[in-house]
Amino acid sequence: MEQLIAQLKHEIIEVLNLTELTPDSIDENAPLFVEGLGLDSIDALELIVLLEKKYGLKLGTADEGKKILYSVRTMAEFIRNNNKG
Amino acid sequence: MMVDPFVISDYCIIRQNRVVKNGNTLHESDETTVAGFLTAIYRHFGINYPKFHKMDNLCKLGFLAAEVLLNHSNLKERYHGDKVGLILANAASSIDTDRNHQLSISNRLDYFPSPSVFVYTLANIVIGEICIRHAFLGESTFFIEKSFDPGRMHHYVYQLLEEEAIQCCITGWVELDSDRYEAVLYLVQKSDIHPDGIAIFEPAKMNEIYLQRT
Repeated sequence: MEQLIAQLKHEIIEVLNLTELTPDSIDENAPLFVEGLGLDSIDALELIVLLEKKYGLKLGTADEGKKILYSVRTMAEFIRNNNKG
Repeated sequence: MMVDPFVISDYCIIRQNRVVKNGNTLHESDETTVAGFLTAIYRHFGINYPKFHKMDNLCKLGFLAAEVLLNHSNLKERYHGDKVGLILANAASSIDTDRNHQLSISNRLDYFPSPSVFVYTLANIVIGEICIRHAFLGESTFFIEKSFDPGRMHHYVYQLLEEEAIQCCITGWVELDSDRYEAVLYLVQKSDIHPDGIAIFEPAKMNEIYLQRT
């Protein structure tokens, strides 16, 4: 799990061009949106593309998406629980 | 004696690995890529705006030219945001990012268009990025034309200023296509507010500045 979280941090930095951040500076439990990294709606779409392209996972409903994209840890849990990570 | 109502109070030119403001070279770089050069400018001027790194190269170029142009301009103290206009133009539109987007959708078996690339497939997003940064809300237009046309641009901006739709305007040329780039921005203000301008706001002066060697 911790390895998957570390990998996700690298991938998020890369796909969202967060070039001023390092994986260590991202709190895996902090909210990704508004607070925490302060990501926006375009970033959310980019994370959805990441989950589909890299892990072959599609989000179901918008409510489900909010929970899955809450933090790096919730994203990692979603990947692990779907056994495709 | 009749006083010309509007002046070019400042200008900024970014091209050939140089950043020039009001005739003074503020930064030179030996970066070999456009992206590297734009990042070097960002760092050189100590700008802290994380969203910069998400922009495409066209937006980065326009954003940086505006940052340099507006530095020490005190626009926010002088004008309400809805009285600051942005009238820009280029020839290549957003072709640089259009190509990147097209690449991401060209293979039906690997069809993953990037939302963060797609949002930059319009040239006028440059204006949006500058407006968001500085809270400008005034009239804005992005023209696509074959080459820089100071006569047309002057006519359009002058009319907006004369009608008092805006009181101040950032105008000019922001062009980028692969490794070819050029930004020339002018800050136009009323001469009674800014009597010590660089030049009278007129097409010949705009062209003179545009053609100056950097």
